[in-house]
Amino acid sequence: MRKLITALLLAVAPSLVLAAGGGIQLDQANVDVSNKESIQRGAKTFVNYCLSCHSAAYMRYNRLGADAGMTDQQLKDNLIFTRNKKGEQTKVGELMKVAMTEDYAKEAFGTKIPDLTVIARSRGADWLYTYLRTFYVDTKRPTGHNNKAFPDVGMPNVLWELQGVQEAEIRVDDKGTKHVESLKITQAGTQSVAEFDQTVNDLVTYLVYMGEPMQLERKTIGLWTLGFLFIFFILAYMLKKEYWKDVH
Amino acid sequence: MTTDTVDTGKRRTLTLATSAVAAVGAGFVAVPFVSSWAPSERAKTAGAPVEVDISKLDEGRLLTVEWRGKPVWVVKRSNKTLEDLKTLDDSLRDSASENDQQPEYAKNASRSRKPEILVLVGICTHLGCSPTFRPDLAAADLGADWKGGFFCPCHGSKFDLAGRVYQGVPAPLNLEVPPHYYVSDNVILIGEDGSAA
Amino acid sequence: MNKLLNWVDERFPLSSLWNDHMGQYYAPKNFNFWYFFGSLALLVLVIQIVSGIFLTMHYKPDGATAFASVEYIMRDVPYGWLIRYMHSTGASAFFIVVYLHMFRGLMYGSYKQPRELIWLFGMFIYLALMAEAFMGYLLPWGQMSFWGAQVIISLFGAIPWIGDALTLWIRGDYVISDATLNRFFALHVIALPFVLVGLIVAHIIALHEVGSNNPDGVEIKKNKDENGIPKDGIPFHPYYSVKDIVGVIVFLMFFVSVMFFAPEMGGYFLEHANFVPADALKTPEHIAPVWYFTPFYAILRAVPDKLLGVIAMFASIAVLFVLPWIDRCKVKSIRYRAAIYKVNLAAFVVSFLVLGYLGMLPTTPGRTLVAQIASIVYFGFFAVLWYTSKNEQTKPVPERVTK
Repeated sequence: MRKLITALLLAVAPSLVLAAGGGIQLDQANVDVSNKESIQRGAKTFVNYCLSCHSAAYMRYNRLGADAGMTDQQLKDNLIFTRNKKGEQTKVGELMKVAMTEDYAKEAFGTKIPDLTVIARSRGADWLYTYLRTFYVDTKRPTGHNNKAFPDVGMPNVLWELQGVQEAEIRVDDKGTKHVESLKITQAGTQSVAEFDQTVNDLVTYLVYMGEPMQLERKTIGLWTLGFLFIFFILAYMLKKEYWKDVH
Repeated sequence: MTTDTVDTGKRRTLTLATSAVAAVGAGFVAVPFVSSWAPSERAKTAGAPVEVDISKLDEGRLLTVEWRGKPVWVVKRSNKTLEDLKTLDDSLRDSASENDQQPEYAKNASRSRKPEILVLVGICTHLGCSPTFRPDLAAADLGADWKGGFFCPCHGSKFDLAGRVYQGVPAPLNLEVPPHYYVSDNVILIGEDGSAA
Repeated sequence: MNKLLNWVDERFPLSSLWNDHMGQYYAPKNFNFWYFFGSLALLVLVIQIVSGIFLTMHYKPDGATAFASVEYIMRDVPYGWLIRYMHSTGASAFFIVVYLHMFRGLMYGSYKQPRELIWLFGMFIYLALMAEAFMGYLLPWGQMSFWGAQVIISLFGAIPWIGDALTLWIRGDYVISDATLNRFFALHVIALPFVLVGLIVAHIIALHEVGSNNPDGVEIKKNKDENGIPKDGIPFHPYYSVKDIVGVIVFLMFFVSVMFFAPEMGGYFLEHANFVPADALKTPEHIAPVWYFTPFYAILRAVPDKLLGVIAMFASIAVLFVLPWIDRCKVKSIRYRAAIYKVNLAAFVVSFLVLGYLGMLPTTPGRTLVAQIASIVYFGFFAVLWYTSKNEQTKPVPERVTK
């Protein structure tokens, strides 16, 4: 029986290793959601480049303002570009919606455009960081671009002006599968590679923050709760000891 | 089991201390559940202050806006109307606005921040109907002394053009003046008192 | 105070209820670590009911708005996120506690005569809990909710003759839809909680009727003093109430650590794909049930035939029901049982863990083979037990409980 257990364990061990890999190697995003400036910069990139098509329909502007330290006026001046049907600027308490309708999006891009409020929770920071930096020129695609992390993606490379033109070296293996071997900027954008990485890092920081705006708050509450339970534990343990003196 | 060496005092103290901490803990646990009944961010946004532009409001006219699901009236009164208000004191229940139906800054003869601009919540203080605006002087159904005001069709309550209730009608109180302030000369924000009240 | 109590007692058996179940319920004095999990399960039940009630105040059981209403709870409702994390963490905590509670029963023979009914009630609780968890998991209306339910409901399609009609009836539509969500909501928040609470009451009444087992598997009622009180028994209150409070606090430390610092628990308690709204046209790349179902899911996948797989999966749970009659050994506690039982139980636990792990991963031929071996070990536990328990070489059981 023991041998069987050992054999079982040995058989399972390799699958542990396999489970860790899968897909391409992702770059580390290293986001810091306590960095308010980073969130502010990321939010600015978000409303300028993402929010024209993608909504963040569960996120309120003034929540961002409260968490990242921006006044209502700053929100109105820097972040809120959408208007309602009457032409009035969207209010600070409202959700980050887009004007584009679902039907129009389906016609233009052939698919529903995903909402980005909780995208960081489903995709993970590292994937987003890799994805946003690995668009490359592919003339066979309708948008003119392809992506290493998301092959044949439908989204156009909206950040190309910042990043510049990136080209890929592609290897096709025996099975006909394409592998992106390396990526190279062939025409510089308005930002250097380091600057662009920072821009994307800020954007991902914002997305991670937006996925769970209460993530800093909950840790603080958690520490207080644990502290309280610790005191409670000491008392309850003394009480138990005291009563259990009776039991022999 | 032996009970000969029991220190009952210590037991009582420890039991009390543990119970006290447990009670405090229960109090903390109640906080999120109790607060979850407070208005959510969505409700707060829906109830956010409303801006009204009065630059196009003519004298003697009424403008209705919605604030927290209630009609709010903005009326531009003429000097004649303001003069008329002074003559009505004897026929009103609360001519000096003693009851707490208005912010401190509207507790004056015209019940407003700027004398000519009246801001009111358009809900009758009797049973919650919305009165109608009746600026017509000496209206046939309201009597020859009618100086203009609001008439509630539900139970016949009457109010003057400062929202003050007449005597002898079912409504007990003057119409409510909501918190409001002037963002600029022609823009009123309804729902907030503003910093300089 | 006494007068008031008398007044109540004349009309409602308050004092006698208290005495029967707390003040004069004599529990063996040698309970160890493993005996915390019963009261902890009760605690988690309370957590789930309270947090669940408050979630229903904001949740919308509607295919068009369910996902959004969950995010509404997470963001717009004051402390809604805390209540939701409490509920999602509680779901997993419930299974952790119940699995450890069941393992305790296996170790110390708590299912044996005269406690067969306690075990049966317990198994029904486990079954109801699985149904409760499964239906609750549909409610966030994410991709995993949708496709997990799709896979599980399809299992019923394997039943010959009525399969297709049955799945259609369960869904109330040709796909999982608003209709399915709405009925699962009703079952999750009303019907199954009633069943669960009823079964738990029966479980506890049965337990207090025959008395608790203990790590030695000695019946303490066989040794009573002149007052008819078991010599090895101590009143549940205050001795075990104060002890359980300590257990509760330690448990809560783990609980809040997950709730506040890792509510997703690396994707095991809240799966990543469930943050994408349900989409009937797009299957996620990899569907895995939540961790507490994966052992049975692995058994299902280990069998190459659909119907046989479903049968194997249900059998793996059903066989636990008859455990009191499979195990024919008179000795209860593992402490005094033969080595073969210890090895057998260890193999069973390992196979359960291995299956649980494999159930979370996509299949490969290698993994399927391992899952097949583990499934055989899982069922083998019962076969070996039946075969060896009749004439097991047990050690002498002491008269009284040991320290």
